[in-house]
Amino acid sequence: MTGVDFPILLPEILLAVYAMAALMLGVYGGKDKLAGLVTWATAGLFVALALLIALRGGVGAEAFGGMFVDDAFARFAKVVILISAAGVLVMAQDYMARRDLARFEYPILATLSVIGMMVMVSAGDLMALYMGLELQSLALYVMAAMRRESAKSTEAGLKYFVLGALSSGLLLYGASLVYGFAGTTDFAGIASTLTEGHAPLGLLFGLVFLISGMAFKVSAVPFHMWTPDVYEGAPTPVTAFFATAPKVAAMALIARVIQDAFGGIPGDWSQVLAALAVLSMFLGAVAAIGQRDIKRLMAYSSIAHMGYALVGLAAATPQGVQATLIYMAIYVTMNLGTFAFILSMERDGRPVTEIGALNQFARAEPLKALAMLVLLFSLAGVPPMLGFFGKFYVLRAAVDAGLVWLAVAGAVASVIGAFYYLRIVYFMYFGAEQDPVQSRMSAVQWLMLVGVAAVMILGVVNLFGIEALALDAAEALIG
Amino acid sequence: MDNPLLREYLPILVLLAIAVGLGLVLILAAAVIAVRNPDPEKVSAYECGFNAFDDARMKFDVRFYLVSILFIIFDLEVAFLFPWAVAFGEISMLGFWSMMVFLGVLTVGFAYEWKKGALEWA
Repeated sequence: MTGVDFPILLPEILLAVYAMAALMLGVYGGKDKLAGLVTWATAGLFVALALLIALRGGVGAEAFGGMFVDDAFARFAKVVILISAAGVLVMAQDYMARRDLARFEYPILATLSVIGMMVMVSAGDLMALYMGLELQSLALYVMAAMRRESAKSTEAGLKYFVLGALSSGLLLYGASLVYGFAGTTDFAGIASTLTEGHAPLGLLFGLVFLISGMAFKVSAVPFHMWTPDVYEGAPTPVTAFFATAPKVAAMALIARVIQDAFGGIPGDWSQVLAALAVLSMFLGAVAAIGQRDIKRLMAYSSIAHMGYALVGLAAATPQGVQATLIYMAIYVTMNLGTFAFILSMERDGRPVTEIGALNQFARAEPLKALAMLVLLFSLAGVPPMLGFFGKFYVLRAAVDAGLVWLAVAGAVASVIGAFYYLRIVYFMYFGAEQDPVQSRMSAVQWLMLVGVAAVMILGVVNLFGIEALALDAAEALIG
Repeated sequence: MDNPLLREYLPILVLLAIAVGLGLVLILAAAVIAVRNPDPEKVSAYECGFNAFDDARMKFDVRFYLVSILFIIFDLEVAFLFPWAVAFGEISMLGFWSMMVFLGVLTVGFAYEWKKGALEWA
């Protein structure tokens, strides 16, 4: 039985073996002198595995008695996760080296958390779900506290750890209730107990606790309180990592659980997700207005974006899941570009994260300012940037599913949210004269910023074909 | 209440009630029955008859935590190994190799911490 299972898990096994080999090489070889090498090797492996997964194709397969599912949905999410993680690693390399943060453990921890994310999106059982989630989270806790001598970074790590443990507790409690009332931890088994489209009260309780635990991981309101502090306190490359791959994995995990295990009772979870979505969109939009630190601002921005992605899932249709996948892919791309810029912000060789420091930035660096303008417009959802299409897809899916009020709320929140993105643009072009920020970029960061900005405009043509892939993935999940 | 599953849990409920009840009785008894005649010397903190030297909440060397964490890891490893060893005759080669992989992963971590100097006390 296992002989045929292992090839299905090949990417995960390769990554795990690589992580351990790199750890041994690093600690017995050159220690932190190897940091750059390990980072590039890890990123290269991520991209190679993304290609492998993308090209493997074929219909869905299951391994280990349904514990692990490899279908078009999992493949889509894994490719996005791997590519974005590789992007974050290479663009932060220069920052790490100059800020005395270059440790060879960092890319290895990133690898371990990526393995966890890949297991999460492929989970076909509550056990596999929890394994993946914890592997991911434990690596992320350590990464948040990477700058050990900084009180803020250790505080971020501790806060993330304590609240993460709380959310794991919620999730486990929910899982135990689900197991108690369904009699199985297998998603297909849970789904088979819901044949009459009706669930016992205990199962509903379990479902709500499960969703709460997972909502914590995507930082949906009211489980968002860790996000601003952790984003602000963690070193900027780690923040960039937090804002991208783990969000995709957690969002895909929510989609997987509600569709695979609870697909028979969409009415029951749809309202929970809709409530989370509305709260996230509005809190993300309103609370970001007062922020003076760009990393905190990006935290609230990601809370709001998660709200929009949840709108797609709340629609409970294949179009909704497709919209969420498209939204997540666009969101991750935008964040890569934005964080490439944030990583480069400095004054007298020290990193700067105040928004006020961007005053008159356009005069010193017109091209970078223009690229940021495109990215911020895209984040705000101004047409014709790609960010608009992401919002358009999720809101249309909501309208088609009869959730007109949700779509209207999303549109209103996006107008409120536009204010703080546009304010940064205003500072860059028309801000008061003062000591300006410098932007010292490595070639990779420059390429990432300008490349992503170009993608945001060129993608208007056909979204780079991502629409069809996302539809495939959504139909593999629901069909 | 005739559900046989629920009836099986009845002893746990009884135990819970006794545990909570006994705990409350012991705490409340001290508050209700005991003679109270406090004076400043009685209520002040003391160390073996001396006045307290300093605050009890002092900083520990982080190595203590490290050692305790390592202890838990290897303690758990043994907890996994025992049932595996007892059932060794009945489990297949799959069971054998699963444990070997687990031990291999653990060894990699152990080699890492050794080389990093986590086990050196001085």
